[in-house]
Amino acid sequence: MSSSLLQLDIEGPAAPPRSNGELVFAAPWESRAFGLAMALHDGGLFEWEAFRQELIKGVALAEAAGGEFSYYRCWLEALQGLLATEGLVDLAAVDDRTAELACRPPGHDHRHHDHGHDHAGRH
Amino acid sequence: MSPVPAPSDLPVELRTEALESILIEKGLVDPAVLDKFIKTYAEDVGPLNGARVVAKAWTDPDYKARLMEDGTAAIAELGYKGPQGECIVVLENTPTLHHLVVCTLCSCYPWPVLGLPPGWYKDPAYRSRAVREPRALLAEFGLELGPDVEIKVYDSSSEVRYMVLPERPAGTENLSEEELVPLITREAMTGVAKAKSPA
Repeated sequence: MSSSLLQLDIEGPAAPPRSNGELVFAAPWESRAFGLAMALHDGGLFEWEAFRQELIKGVALAEAAGGEFSYYRCWLEALQGLLATEGLVDLAAVDDRTAELACRPPGHDHRHHDHGHDHAGRH
Repeated sequence: MSPVPAPSDLPVELRTEALESILIEKGLVDPAVLDKFIKTYAEDVGPLNGARVVAKAWTDPDYKARLMEDGTAAIAELGYKGPQGECIVVLENTPTLHHLVVCTLCSCYPWPVLGLPPGWYKDPAYRSRAVREPRALLAEFGLELGPDVEIKVYDSSSEVRYMVLPERPAGTENLSEEELVPLITREAMTGVAKAKSPA
């Protein structure tokens, strides 16, 4: 990803936008979920409006259910729902993969730093 | 061995990681494109873009006229365009008219000028109370508006996203466009605050 670092737009004397407000992502997984929807849409795999309608439904359901509201949880649910509807991903396979990942030894991602995911670079 | 938990009970970060790995294996997502989107929205696109638009509008009457006429085009003049910015309408605040922006259905927001929405914008309480009792809500944000100030609430949607052009604060007559930028916050451009006064 060094090429994108070189393309980073840092023109102008003002501070980067992150200093202009709170972090937009509360946790790295939120940024991954966000980026997945953007990349899939960018690749022409679905219309943004189709995703938005799923998101609206998910937000309404989560609000009706009460409890702590997590916007990006709704986002992830909406994305999975749309991918399943479009026949792009089998949610049972996501369940299986999630369970596999849960079986990794604790602390796995603190021991190898060369295995491809970058922890989204939050500080 | 503890019993295997149901997938829905597993942490959401694992589910996200699982989905990402499957999408990459299937060739549906290019990891470089994914990382570029995340980096762009986490670091590069933010309310600073909108602040530059507002500062230019405050100092260049011709630009302001173009901005009010066609927000999307005037914003694109500064190089800010992209997803969720296809139709941006700018709402001008005055001493007697205050605009407040919300998305009651989800969280539609003008990404190219304000970045991704902050937590409070997505909060169910904000989304319902902005419409029902905007004056009380604004007071809780620390913005007490007098009874002579009319409040208009605009509901952003996938078709139109709104951005507020706040009033230029008093005492800024001698500031340059670049000096004005730090006074213009995301909150001011959403209508939950006024632009800051110079220190």
